Amino acid sequence: MKAADFDYSCAASIPEACRLLAGAHGEGRIIAGGQTLVPLLAMRLARPALLVDINRIADLRGIEFSDGAVTIKACTTQADALASDVVRKHVPLLAKALGHVGHSQTRNRGTIGGSLANADPVAEICMTALALDGEILSHGPKSQRTIPCSEFFRGAMTTALALDECLTAVRLPIWGHPGKAGSSFQEMSIRRSDFALVAAAVQAQFDEKGLCRHIAIVVGGCCPTPMRASAAANRLIGTNIEEPDLAEAARLLQETIAPRSDLHASADYRRRVAGELVMRAVRESRREAMGAD
Amino acid sequence: MSAHHVTLTVNGRTHTAQVSARLTLVDFLRDVLLLTGTHIGCEHGVCGACSILLNGKPVRSCLIFAVQADGMDVVTVEGLSPEPETLSILQDCFWETHALQCGFCTPGMLIAARALLAENPAPSEEQIREGIGGNLCRCTGYKPIVDAILLAAERMRRSNAGARDVGAD
Repeated sequence: MKAADFDYSCAASIPEACRLLAGAHGEGRIIAGGQTLVPLLAMRLARPALLVDINRIADLRGIEFSDGAVTIKACTTQADALASDVVRKHVPLLAKALGHVGHSQTRNRGTIGGSLANADPVAEICMTALALDGEILSHGPKSQRTIPCSEFFRGAMTTALALDECLTAVRLPIWGHPGKAGSSFQEMSIRRSDFALVAAAVQAQFDEKGLCRHIAIVVGGCCPTPMRASAAANRLIGTNIEEPDLAEAARLLQETIAPRSDLHASADYRRRVAGELVMRAVRESRREAMGAD
Repeated sequence: MSAHHVTLTVNGRTHTAQVSARLTLVDFLRDVLLLTGTHIGCEHGVCGACSILLNGKPVRSCLIFAVQADGMDVVTVEGLSPEPETLSILQDCFWETHALQCGFCTPGMLIAARALLAENPAPSEEQIREGIGGNLCRCTGYKPIVDAILLAAERMRRSNAGARDVGAD
């Protein structure tokens, strides 16, 4: 289908984008790469009166590493983030996740900020930002604010952003814990490059003896937003992550999620796969960390 | 309805037009420029039939509005052959290995393969499968397409003409 009619403005600056949005009285939407929004327009699931294009705002592109964090500006394409040495070196979990995001044709247009702002329930970038305790930077007509990812994702395709607010960047803190780190992103989808049915993102830190000191586990496809698997993570901290620890952690995760059945997979299947993917991701993270010397 | 003035280069020729904001780039290419080589399949970014090169990179032309492409450089399947009525090495290899049956996915497959070979002149079979992972084909089972791209890569590496073919973007 074709999108319904709308008006279009290309913003030259962030304040201009906010002004245009505010002038649309709630009927405006920002378009960045359009890889989520344009399908919604084509299917008429979204029908804004005005699209505000932020692609040509130079201030919204780039990846910076400073003050113990990697800051990725909103219109940085997923392809540029995937090719970034800074990302690979300092937030390797994101590089691994990006390999699962669509395919080269969508990554060349799709942006980091667009994925976060659209908050698809199985979006790999949203899962990673939550796992890494990321913060969303946004710009409103009158003020700027920082929103922790733990408070940003409110529901499927729903975030804490106001209608006249523009997401400008995501800040991903680099873990300062001592020890060896490893990470892994695991995903199950029907076809290569399809939406994930279930996905798991893990980053973990181990001491010299191989004891897990810090671990973040996030699952996608199990509820309307990316979800921290806190009980499973707590079960693994302080252990060597032997197979019984893993099985117990997976069981704790499976008890806390209530995935839905749909055309593609049943709730039971999703629950089983979530447990298995978390086990694989934790194993893989440990292998990467301990094999690094 | 908002009308916008756009100027863009398609297969080396510059075009200027008035477009409404809701016109997708693929509709602009097909209905305004009458370049019907680029196909429209799903119209929401799933099938890959509408793949084009935008500023040298493969993208879905159904997921960008023409107005957004103002000032950009587009290559469509019509721009792949060195001259009219001839085929590029890549297209020749598709023909030779029977890499198409109905032909609907072929323009998108050719664009995806072209982008892959420009970046990686000696892809493995796995890399080829990853490279065309965003393009659906319902006829061939993909095997002949992968064979065509492997064959094209080999021929392009071997011949000087191949180097020109890859570098033609």
